[in-house]
Amino acid sequence: MQIYLPIADIPVNIFLILGLGLAVGFLSGMFGIGGGFLMTPLLIFIGIPPAVVVASVSPQIAAALFTGFLTHWRRGTIDFLLGAMLLVGGTGGTLVGIWLFTLLRRVGQLDLLIGLSYVTLLTVVGVLMVTEGLRAIQRARHGGRGDLRRPGSHTWIHGLPLKMRFKRSRIYISVIPVWAIGSIIGFIGAVLGVGGGFMLVPMLIYLLRVPTITVIGTASMLTLTTMMTSTVLHSVANHLVDAVLALVLMIGSVVGAQFGVRTGQKMRGEWLRLLLGVLVLLVGLRFAIDLVATPADPYSIRVVRGM
Amino acid sequence: MRRFAVLLPLVAALLVPAGVARAADAERLVVSLSNHRVQVTSNFTGEELVLFGTIETAKGATPRGTGYDLVVTAAGPPQTYRTRLKQRVAGVWVNTASREFVNVPSYLAVLSNRPVDAIAKPDVRHRLQIGLNNFVLTQHIGADFADTVHNDPFREAFVRLKSEQRLYRQSSTAVTFLTPTVFRAEIPLPANVQTGTYRIDVKLFSDGAMITQTNTALEVIKAGFEQYVADAAADYGLLYGIATVLMALSIGWIASVMFRKD
Repeated sequence: MQIYLPIADIPVNIFLILGLGLAVGFLSGMFGIGGGFLMTPLLIFIGIPPAVVVASVSPQIAAALFTGFLTHWRRGTIDFLLGAMLLVGGTGGTLVGIWLFTLLRRVGQLDLLIGLSYVTLLTVVGVLMVTEGLRAIQRARHGGRGDLRRPGSHTWIHGLPLKMRFKRSRIYISVIPVWAIGSIIGFIGAVLGVGGGFMLVPMLIYLLRVPTITVIGTASMLTLTTMMTSTVLHSVANHLVDAVLALVLMIGSVVGAQFGVRTGQKMRGEWLRLLLGVLVLLVGLRFAIDLVATPADPYSIRVVRGM
Repeated sequence: MRRFAVLLPLVAALLVPAGVARAADAERLVVSLSNHRVQVTSNFTGEELVLFGTIETAKGATPRGTGYDLVVTAAGPPQTYRTRLKQRVAGVWVNTASREFVNVPSYLAVLSNRPVDAIAKPDVRHRLQIGLNNFVLTQHIGADFADTVHNDPFREAFVRLKSEQRLYRQSSTAVTFLTPTVFRAEIPLPANVQTGTYRIDVKLFSDGAMITQTNTALEVIKAGFEQYVADAAADYGLLYGIATVLMALSIGWIASVMFRKD
């Protein structure tokens, strides 16, 4: 059954979009991420204009994240102070991201930016996750615990000023790296149409030593807000948010996520991280091939303005 | 210049022999579209319009022995496009050169009963803009606004890409004569057509020269919900964004309530 997307101005098969939502939702529930980094390339691949995809995926990720956020809230596993500090940085990053998105769209290098950023981000994060996952599996094999927390180890991050005590997470650190991480994620979210959860969670664990129990809920506080902000800003600045596309994706992904969560709970943490790393790496490689391989047609056209 | 433009038809009328001028008024085109108002709704997958027409000859006159040729040119609402060329820079494909096509038709179909090359000579086709190669596609080149030769690489690429989207087409079989003076033309509108006014020019040829022409128009409009959403996004960006966020939150909330375990 075809439905007409009013903003993308093309008809699509509703079951294809629902199916994509289900599949990505399943993975997002399984790995505890928004899934934007998978959804965005897939939608571009089926022919929806990239700018519309980036803008319309944000509300869909927001819906998926809100479900998780509510669950964590009920369980009391959100560090609201840490989340608020991340948000301070995140808002700044989102504003800069939307500004850059609008600028590059005018200059005509948006596709290049999206492509290059995806390749860099996904390969780096993918390699890190795969190596970390393999190491964790090895540790588990040698009888140790899969998750290794080193409470005593200090890095230069712990020497920074403006220290704050985050009671729920039981850490005492400077707010500067918290703001920095927040702004990076906010920026990436706005430009690439990804929540950034797949990067934020490892950053919080490895750089700030946020305990596993509060990390997902706290991270979703930032990514959820980033996605809501970027939906509104994209609507105001670019008028490209396709609510019909977003709605179909949401319905698919929230249902898929429920099944994903159940599957994820049956798997070991280190295997989950390894699998996610492989997935991230594969998507990154796909983008790398697109950038380097000779395009089928060197020319492309785009509407500048209608009458 | 304007004064000359006014004078030209007058001069032409004086120069043309009386007999030929009389013959030029001998035929009249009467056309009608199957649908003047195409509605884009949620299940719109394109529509095939049919243009019917007859060639009316003056009282007592018989249709020409040489037969008639018909060219229908349908042009959609104007849009400005940028055509970009990707080139390899340091191993990566980057958009390097670009050209802007200013207010060119978003949809363009040239339909005829036989190949346009056979209907009229190149200079006639050029003057009357018959065929995709002769239709003026204004480009913004430096400080100038002009069309280029039809085999300019950017123009070729533009026409090719629009044709791949099925928005530009040229067909020499889309017009069929049911009788020597009654014809029908099929105008296919794909699902990705722009909303707006579509102008349809009908030109009648005989023996390589245009005898008469007429035009009609149709309107493609978004209807109901689609129109509402598109308008809201364009005119009330902030409210639209907030509404979309609220929709996202409520779906997320509903899902969390529905699948709640604890």
